[in-house]
Amino acid sequence: MARQSIFKFNERVTTEAKDATYEFRGPVISVRNLEKKFGEHEVLKDISFDLFEGDVVCIIGSSGSGKSTLLRCINHLETPTSGQILYHGYPLTKDAQTINRFRSQVGMVFQQFNLFNNMTVFDNCMAGVHKVKKRSKEYSTEICMKYLEKVGMAPYVKAKPHQLSGGMKQRVAIARALAMEPEVLLFDEPTSALDPEMVGEVLSVMKQLANEGLTMVIVTHEMAFARDVSTRTIFMDKGYIVEDAPPQELFNNPKEARTREFLSRFMQG
Amino acid sequence: MTNTPTTFFGWIIFLIQQYHGYYLQGLLTTLETSLAGTICGCFLGFLVGIIQATDIRAQDNMIKKILLGIPWVIAKIYVTIFRGTPMIVQAMVIYYGSSTVFGIDLKPFNAAIFIILLNTGAYMSETVRGGINSIDVGQIEGAKALGMGYVPMMIYIILPQTFKIIAPQIGNTFVANIKDTSVLNVIAVTELFYITKVAAGTYFRMFEAYTITALIYLTLTLLFNGLLKLIEKYMAGKESYEVLNPAAAK
Repeated sequence: MARQSIFKFNERVTTEAKDATYEFRGPVISVRNLEKKFGEHEVLKDISFDLFEGDVVCIIGSSGSGKSTLLRCINHLETPTSGQILYHGYPLTKDAQTINRFRSQVGMVFQQFNLFNNMTVFDNCMAGVHKVKKRSKEYSTEICMKYLEKVGMAPYVKAKPHQLSGGMKQRVAIARALAMEPEVLLFDEPTSALDPEMVGEVLSVMKQLANEGLTMVIVTHEMAFARDVSTRTIFMDKGYIVEDAPPQELFNNPKEARTREFLSRFMQG
Repeated sequence: MTNTPTTFFGWIIFLIQQYHGYYLQGLLTTLETSLAGTICGCFLGFLVGIIQATDIRAQDNMIKKILLGIPWVIAKIYVTIFRGTPMIVQAMVIYYGSSTVFGIDLKPFNAAIFIILLNTGAYMSETVRGGINSIDVGQIEGAKALGMGYVPMMIYIILPQTFKIIAPQIGNTFVANIKDTSVLNVIAVTELFYITKVAAGTYFRMFEAYTITALIYLTLTLLFNGLLKLIEKYMAGKESYEVLNPAAAK
């Protein structure tokens, strides 16, 4: 039942006339009472939040607060211990086919880029849209070049990942994720492995995507970026969501003492 | 036999004149069996290595566990037996066992390829398994995040990278197999070593006859090692890449 429903949604969102037929205005992804344990260690405790279309959610918090694990649980790179992930209101079942379908709708960009080392920049982008989504070669080529151009990597289509700088790799990784035409894009500390100069080039691409209305969830340590770009900021600590508020509110007038404590260090700087 | 040579080099030249046809025949058989055995063995090694690298997770259902578990156990037994016994013994057991137990009359030549492929497969599988496990977990996560299934991920991403890592090892295995085929003389495969026995026996010139054989083996291994270096260099690919429309590059 749930599985069929997800397929139906997939067909609908990939049709051309997406906006004309799109009536459902509930959350795209809902996380309900999510818990994750690694052995005895409880990393996520009772996490619930909704992600609506057009949201740019930044998740901030100190290292080890469970931010990345939360993101990885959303697209099932980690299997949640308990709780549910709902996609357009339908719970995700655990069979591989459903999860793969879901993942092809919800892209992910990693801290370590995770570009395929044996492929050129172009083939990396093609891997998703041509090999997974099985779109025609002409269509795939067109869309890959469109997004590679967007991130400024079109001249480097023939390069292999090891020949590129970190910032370039991350921009290719973003183009690869975009080529899947995802509904939601998850970013797992996309700039943490980059030097300060490269951080800028990646953040500006992400900023552009945010302005274009792409739904994004971004785990980041870039406070200024979170404050300026996000529509909602979530502060996590010790596996809980401490505060979930618009950035103006969270950064200027945090309600929780723990949030204030965390932000005080950043605000001084 | 009035004009038999008296010196070492005289004997070598004499034996080459008399038996060069034999030596060539043996050389050819050695190359054929080791090449065919290595290539087929690599396919088997990849198959077994992939089976062994597949981890069975606790959350899989019972049917999946059994479907994955049975090949895993078979692979494990096969690798243990063939890595744990000498090839010369395997040759005897397989060659004589196939005719007495199963009634299959294997030709020595075919038996030779079969034995080499089984032996190579067992060693290759460990190399392949190690190669697969050495692939960065990020590559797997990158593929998963695109919604890629297990099979396409293996075909497009994991195996090409594994192949590149273990390619030198495949070459080494081939060179080792050229030498190791010599033990197959016990089942009367007419390879280089077996043929030398014939050449040496007639005049009872062991030293000279086997010196020729040693030189042939040495030439072969040097030749193929050199060839493999070239192939490795080629596979490493170009250092540079072409920038399209450099003016637009940032």
